[in-house]
Amino acid sequence: MQLSLRVERRPAPLWFRPLAPVIAVLVTFAITAVLVIAARANPFQAYYYFLIYPLTGKVSASEVLVSATPLLFTGAAATFAFSAGYWNIGGEGQLMAGAMAGAGVGLLVGGLSPWLAIPIMILAGFAGGVLWALIPALLRVRLAVDEIVTTLLMNTVFSFFVSYILNGVWRSPTSGWPQSPEIAASAHFPPLFAGYRPHLGLALALVVLAAIWVVLNRTPLGLRMRSIGLGMEAARFAGVRVERTLLIAALISGGIAGLGGVSEVAGLQFHLVETLSNNFGYTGIIVAMLGALNPIGAAIAALFLGLIGIGAQSVSQSLGVPVYLGDVVEATMLLVTLATLVLQNYRIRRA
Amino acid sequence: MYAVELKGITKRFGPVLANNNVDFSLKKGEIHALLGENGAGKTTLMRILYGLYSADEGQIFVAGQEAHIESPRDAIQAGIGMVTQHFTLVPTLTVAENLVLGYPTGFNLQPRQIEKQVADAAGRFGIEVRPSALVRHLSVGERQRVEILKSLFRNARVLILDEPTAVLVPQEVDVLFETLNRLRSDGMSIVFISHKLNEVMAICDRITVLRAGSLVGTVARAETSPHGLASMMVGHETFGVSREGQQAQGKILLEVEDLSALDKKGLPALKNISLRVHSGEILGIAGVSGNGQTELGQALSGMLRPAGGRIRVGEHDLTGASPDRYTAARVGRIPEDRHGGLIGELSVAENLALESLDPFTHSGMLDRKAILGNARRLIAEYQIKASPTDRTRTLSGGNMQKVLFARALSRNPQVIIASQPTRGLDVGATDYIRTKLLEQRDHGAGVLLISEDLDEVLALSDRIAVMYEGEVVGILPAEQATRSELGLLMSGAKRGTAASGSLPGKEAASHAA
Ligand SMILES: Nc1ncnc2c1ncn2[C@@H]1O[C@H](COP(=O)(O)OP(=O)(O)O)[C@@H](O)[C@H]1O
Ligand SMILES: [Mg+2]
Repeated sequence: MQLSLRVERRPAPLWFRPLAPVIAVLVTFAITAVLVIAARANPFQAYYYFLIYPLTGKVSASEVLVSATPLLFTGAAATFAFSAGYWNIGGEGQLMAGAMAGAGVGLLVGGLSPWLAIPIMILAGFAGGVLWALIPALLRVRLAVDEIVTTLLMNTVFSFFVSYILNGVWRSPTSGWPQSPEIAASAHFPPLFAGYRPHLGLALALVVLAAIWVVLNRTPLGLRMRSIGLGMEAARFAGVRVERTLLIAALISGGIAGLGGVSEVAGLQFHLVETLSNNFGYTGIIVAMLGALNPIGAAIAALFLGLIGIGAQSVSQSLGVPVYLGDVVEATMLLVTLATLVLQNYRIRRA
Repeated sequence: MYAVELKGITKRFGPVLANNNVDFSLKKGEIHALLGENGAGKTTLMRILYGLYSADEGQIFVAGQEAHIESPRDAIQAGIGMVTQHFTLVPTLTVAENLVLGYPTGFNLQPRQIEKQVADAAGRFGIEVRPSALVRHLSVGERQRVEILKSLFRNARVLILDEPTAVLVPQEVDVLFETLNRLRSDGMSIVFISHKLNEVMAICDRITVLRAGSLVGTVARAETSPHGLASMMVGHETFGVSREGQQAQGKILLEVEDLSALDKKGLPALKNISLRVHSGEILGIAGVSGNGQTELGQALSGMLRPAGGRIRVGEHDLTGASPDRYTAARVGRIPEDRHGGLIGELSVAENLALESLDPFTHSGMLDRKAILGNARRLIAEYQIKASPTDRTRTLSGGNMQKVLFARALSRNPQVIIASQPTRGLDVGATDYIRTKLLEQRDHGAGVLLISEDLDEVLALSDRIAVMYEGEVVGILPAEQATRSELGLLMSGAKRGTAASGSLPGKEAASHAA
C-alpha cells in the first residue's frame, strides 16, 4: 500500500480544547513576527512591549481597562445575539444610537441628582440601541430578510444620521465643531479609582456580561435562544417560538450595544462626536468569536484586545513599529482562532 | 476460483469498527446476498470492493489475482460495477448520455449512434429502457435499471446492488428479480445487499451474514430458512412485536379533513387528505417514499403550514398551529429525521425538557435539579443508554430515538404522530419502540404511524391508509390488507377507484361530502 493521507471529521479530545486559544495566540505571533521583522524590530522585544509592558505601569494598565470597556459591551451584545443564531452585525450603529440617546438625555438631566440622572441616561441608551435594532429584527422575523445585510447597512445609515445631527441642530454653538454640547455634570459616570480613567461603564459592562451569562445558562429564554442557535428547526419542532425568541434576542443585543455608547459618552467623551466609536461594534464581533460565544470568554477577549490596542501604541513608541501592527494582530488572531475552532474537528490520518 | 474474494477486511471510522476481519467470496454466476441489520457494515464492505473506501487491513482478489483497488475507476477496470443506494445519474441528460458519461472511449457524442449502442446493450442484457428518454422523467425502478445497465455497459462481470429494493414497490421488485435471474444465467456474479429475509430467500444462491461489522457466516440458501437467517442477523430470534386482536373503536381523537399542503419547492405535496384516528387504534400510513408522507408528518406536527383543509385534535382546531400548540393539545410528535427534533449540541436533559419548560421554571430561573431529575427518571424508564449531561449528538440512533419518545410520551399524549419511528434502528431498539407504540394504543391513545417499512405497518396497524402522489388512495382494515393489495395501491395502479370501495363508512361519507 502506498503512503497517503486523508482527512477525517473527528472532534479533538477534551484535553485539547483549552489549548486551542493558546495555540491560536502562538500561531498569530509566529505569523505577525514576519511583519515585525520587516519593520526591522526584534519580535521578542516587540511582543514584550505589546503584551507585558502595558501591564507594568498603573496608568497604562488602567488605560487597557478604558479601551476594553466598549469592547466588553459590544462583545456582550454580539455574544448574546449570536448565541441565538441571530447574526447582529449592527453593533456599531446600535452603539451610536445608544450614545446619541444617552447624550440627548444627558443634556436634560442637569437638575437631577446623579443617583437619578445616571440610571435615566443608561435606560435611554439601552432604548436607543433597541430602537435601532428593531427594524432589521422585524424584517428578519416577519419577512425572513437576512439580518446580516440589514444590520450592516443600518450602521452606515446611522453614521450619516449622526453626522447630520452634529452638523445641524447639535453643532457646538461655541466652537462650531460637529459635536454635541457637553452633558450635565450630574450625568458623568464617576471614575472607579480616583485619579485614573476607568469609569462606571467598566463596572456596568461586567454586570451586563454576568447578566447575559445568567440569562443564557440559567433561564428558559437562554435555553430557547441557545437551542435556536444550535439547531433552529429542531428547536421549532420542540415548540420554541423561534421568531419571538429571535426578536427578543435581537432587541436585547441592540440595547447592550447601546449601553456601550452611553458608557463612552458619559464616562469618557462627555459629548457626542462622530468619532466616538473606533469600530467598537465591529470589534465586538471579533470579541464574541474569540470568546467562543461565552460571556466569560468574551470578557477575556475584550480585555486582551484592549491590551493589544494599548500595546500597539507602546511598541510603536519604543521600537518605531507602525501602530497599525495592532490591527493586523487583531485581524490575524481572529482568522487563526476561527481556523482553530473549525480545524480542531478534523484530523489527518494515514489512509 | 472465485470471481471476487475479500480476505480479512477491517475498516474503522474513528471509534466505529465498521468491518472486523471480514472474509467474503463471490462465485462466478451466483447471486450472493450480503445480509445484516442497518449498520452491520454491508455498505462499507462493498464500498471497499468498489474503491470508494480503502480498507485499513485486508486483501482483495479478482479472478484469483490480488487487486489494488483505490478508486471506482480501478474497480470498473477490474470488471466490477456498483449501484449505490443513492443513484448517480444526471437527471437532465438522456439515458444514453448518462451511460456514456465518463466512459473512457473518446468523445463520440452523436446522439443517434450512442442511442443505438445503448439500445443494443439493453437488448443484449434484456433490460427494458428507452435510450432517448430523459432520466428525470423515469420512475425510480427505471432509474435503477439504467444504473444497472451503466455498469453492464462498462463490461462489468461483477455487479453490486446496495439495497436495490428499498426504493421499489413490490411489482418493481419482481421486474428487478427477473433481470437479476437473467444476468445470472449469462454468467454474471451479483452481490445483493439487503436486510429483508424474504427477498434474500427468493433470489439468492448463497448468503453471507454480517453482524456489528463481523462475519457471522456464509450459508447456501438450500440449507437455511428465514428463521435461521434471522437468528444469524440478530443473534437471537425476534421480530416478536406485533399487534394482538382488534380493539373496539373509541372516539375520534384526530380528524384531518381535506388537508392540502405544498412542499419546499411549492409543488402540491398533500392533496385533500382526510383521515380519522380513533382512541385505541394505530392508523398506519404506507407508501413508497416520497409520496407525501414526509409532508403529512410535518403538517401534523406544526412544521408545515397547510394550504387548505382542517386539522382537529379533540376540541382543539390545530390548522396552521405552531408546534407548541400541538404539545399543549397533547399531541406527541416523533419527527421523521431524529436530528430534526433534537439539538445535538444540547445535553440529553435539556432536550428532554425543551418541549415544556414551565414545570422546570421557578421565579424566572431554570430549576436545573428538576431538569436533571426529570432526565434521570426518563432515562431509567425508557432504558436510554446515556447520562443526563451527555451531549445528545454522542448518542446512537436508537438512544436518540428513545429520547424523542421519552419526551413525547412523558406528557401523556392523547394523539401520537410518529414518522418513520424505527428507521435505521437495530432490532432491539425497533422492538422497544414498537412495543411503546402498542402500549400507547392499548392505553387509549390514537397513533398515526407513518412508515415506509411495510412489515412494520402490517405488524402494528389496526387500519392502513396508503398514500400515492400526495393522496390517500385507500384505507383498509388490517385484516383485509394483504401485501399484494397494498402493493397495488402503493404503485398507484388502483388510484381513485379502489379507494372509496374499501373506505370504512365514516371516511367514505366525508369523502362524498
Ligand atoms: N463514512 C462514514 N463515516 C463514519 N462512520 C461510518 C461511515 N460509513 C459507515 N459508518 C459506520 O459504519 C457502520 C457500518 O455502516 P454501513 O456499512 O453503512 O452499514 P450497513 O450498510 O450494513 O447498514 C455504521 O456504524 C456506520 O455508522
Ligand atoms: Mg447500507
